[in-house]
Amino acid sequence: MIFDKIRKQAIAEWATLQQSQQPRILLGTATCGRAAGAMSTLEIMNQELARHNIDAIVTQVGCIGLCYIEPLVDIVKPNRPRICYSSVTPKIIPQLIEDYLIKDNPRPDLALGTIGDGTIEGIPRLLDLPMLKPQVRIVLRNCGHINPEDIKQYIANDGYIGFIKAINMGPERVLGEIKKSELRGRGGAGFPTGQKWEFCRRSPGKEKYIICNADEGDPGAFMNRALLESDPHSVLEGMLIGAYTIGATHGYIYCRAEYPLAIERLSIALNQMREYGLLGDNILGANFSFDMEIKEGAGAFICGEETALMASIEGKRGMPRPRPPFPAVSGLWGKPTNINNAETWANVALILQKGSEWYDGFGSQTSKGTKTFALVGKIERTGLIEVPLGIHLRDIIYEIGGGIADGKQYKAVQTGGPSGGCLPASLLDSPVDYDSLVKAGSMMGSGGMVIADEDTCMVDFARFFLSFSQAESCGKCVPCRIGTHQMFAILERITRGEGKLRDIEQLEQLSQLVKTTSLCGLGQTAPNPVQTTLRYFRDEYEAHINKKKCPSLVCTRLINYYILPGKCAGCMLCLRDCPAKAIVGGRRLVHIISQEKCTKCGACLDVCPERFGAVVKVSGEKVIVPSKPIPVATSKALKNKG
Amino acid sequence: MTKIKTQTISPQNENILIRLKRVESQFGYIPEESITEVAQSLDLPVSEIYGVATFYSFLATKPLGRNVIWVCQNLPCHLKHAEITIDNLERTLGIKPGETTSDNKFSLELTNCIGACDYAPAMLINRDLHGNLTPNKISQILKLYK
Repeated sequence: MIFDKIRKQAIAEWATLQQSQQPRILLGTATCGRAAGAMSTLEIMNQELARHNIDAIVTQVGCIGLCYIEPLVDIVKPNRPRICYSSVTPKIIPQLIEDYLIKDNPRPDLALGTIGDGTIEGIPRLLDLPMLKPQVRIVLRNCGHINPEDIKQYIANDGYIGFIKAINMGPERVLGEIKKSELRGRGGAGFPTGQKWEFCRRSPGKEKYIICNADEGDPGAFMNRALLESDPHSVLEGMLIGAYTIGATHGYIYCRAEYPLAIERLSIALNQMREYGLLGDNILGANFSFDMEIKEGAGAFICGEETALMASIEGKRGMPRPRPPFPAVSGLWGKPTNINNAETWANVALILQKGSEWYDGFGSQTSKGTKTFALVGKIERTGLIEVPLGIHLRDIIYEIGGGIADGKQYKAVQTGGPSGGCLPASLLDSPVDYDSLVKAGSMMGSGGMVIADEDTCMVDFARFFLSFSQAESCGKCVPCRIGTHQMFAILERITRGEGKLRDIEQLEQLSQLVKTTSLCGLGQTAPNPVQTTLRYFRDEYEAHINKKKCPSLVCTRLINYYILPGKCAGCMLCLRDCPAKAIVGGRRLVHIISQEKCTKCGACLDVCPERFGAVVKVSGEKVIVPSKPIPVATSKALKNKG
Repeated sequence: MTKIKTQTISPQNENILIRLKRVESQFGYIPEESITEVAQSLDLPVSEIYGVATFYSFLATKPLGRNVIWVCQNLPCHLKHAEITIDNLERTLGIKPGETTSDNKFSLELTNCIGACDYAPAMLINRDLHGNLTPNKISQILKLYK
């Protein structure tokens, strides 16, 4: 078989590369690395290598998920473990090249960890670090390790053997294997993948389609972006297996336009698949012909909903339609269609490569395997992680995420983006799996985790998700179009301090209505952030409405800045910095903020020297201040007397 | 950048959205006349084409500046003070979201999540991602665009 030859050659090339006597440098240049300046690092690195006449092999790899300390540069010297360096800015790279490549000093002070056999004094093993130790990286196994633009590196790492196995097994046995693995959809709802495939396979019709949903749009989510940029073939192999099993002839990858690099790397990957005979007629000599193409979105969140996505591929407005008929019966252009999320497809390739029994070793009773999550918001270590399902929230947030940023207190985590809900501290010890999250009022969602700290107002938090849902509602069905709009209006009113007593009740009623009567998932889940914040943080709503107070000091209409007369030293710093010119005072005079002019930007609080600490931010209370600037000494004396 | 071969594999590919995207890449936006033209050639009502053109936020139905800034206003960016970024862009460029500078250099648009929450607050200028934005960084970034 031709593929055998290709595989042997790829493995041999990979082995030669690993044993190369030249130094090798791996640089993460996914979107996240680039945003951190990886391309400048690359440029300087190439200049430095040329200047020192060093013949090194430089490979651009994807993202290993440690977004908070990028750019990441890994250096491998012959017979040494690979060393991963973090935050390698263009300033650091010349030193690093000189010290490690020329003088053989591995610079433990700059190193993050080692990868592979052997140790280097003063540098821990990368996988022993707290942010990586609890992770199980099977879907992301290649991310940050292989060149995503080289199919041979994927093939050398067991790539496409899942597909080879599939064509040797036959569609029925592959279907059995996927069902046995109990894989559930990674897009969020968790529908059993095998069952979905079976519906489509059994649907009558010669022309069938498969689709990869890469229209990742949840605020807080970028898992698919990282996967597609770092290891596109793992998703494409899964699609090949799915197409073969279902009997599809065409495939589409619907990727959001906001991900240009993912689209570019997918295009390269598809061309390489064609070159290697993995797409086209009679693929690898089997009685199976299949091709696929990329469909770029045009900036509409609703297109992540499967029926809306199909309408968009057909070139129409991306509006959902009622189901049934389900896509498995009547999908794209009325033909049986199977849609899975990008991560689900990557799991498929893995299950075929390693077998469902192996896969059974990961995850919990009802949720098998792993899940990728994006950790964002008020967390110490933002990034992309992969953990076995069933892991506790606490482990994700405190072990992997390193806890709350700036030493603040945890308040909540929102899972599932605008479709999910927030989970308070009392649920930190609950497992992260499909069913537990639903029980808590949230959902798995695609994998975004937005962390809120003590300084986050939960009413404002809910308002943001509703602002998103109402803006992205396609407008087809009334409950979603008008319901989310009304809910948003009520939340706006509450955060402005104009909330009425019956607002909470009305929010609850509207939530129920929108949830039960909306046409598609967007509307059916849009009230979740409101319902969970009402369930777990009702006191914050009540404070806003009854006491006109924002306990977290966030909602600008409910907060005031004051200068404490007993503490103001009359230094004039705040007066000069106030962009609204709302502060009156003078040298050695107690300054006063005009509440009418104040825009509540907080510049005065930021600029007031810590030793004075004269500016305070309060909500729902008043601070007595003099009516006009008085000498500092007088105010101190007054205070002492008082 | 590698030159990418585009393949057309299904006859249904000639659809409204593809036609509109083509018009947009030609003119930089979708002029009204083009909407009528597409409607005529596909034998569809103008309203149908207009409906598609205005449905997608990345399709412009009015002329935009040479560079389009898409600044994220959603929660993960908001938690990292996106409002300072937006305010700063508004003041530096002297325009509000939805407007274009008089020299036609920049258009400012607000968007809901560009999937760069790991670099919040973030924005896209054309197709380039810029993250961890601060007022200082913004003025340097804007200088990169002509």
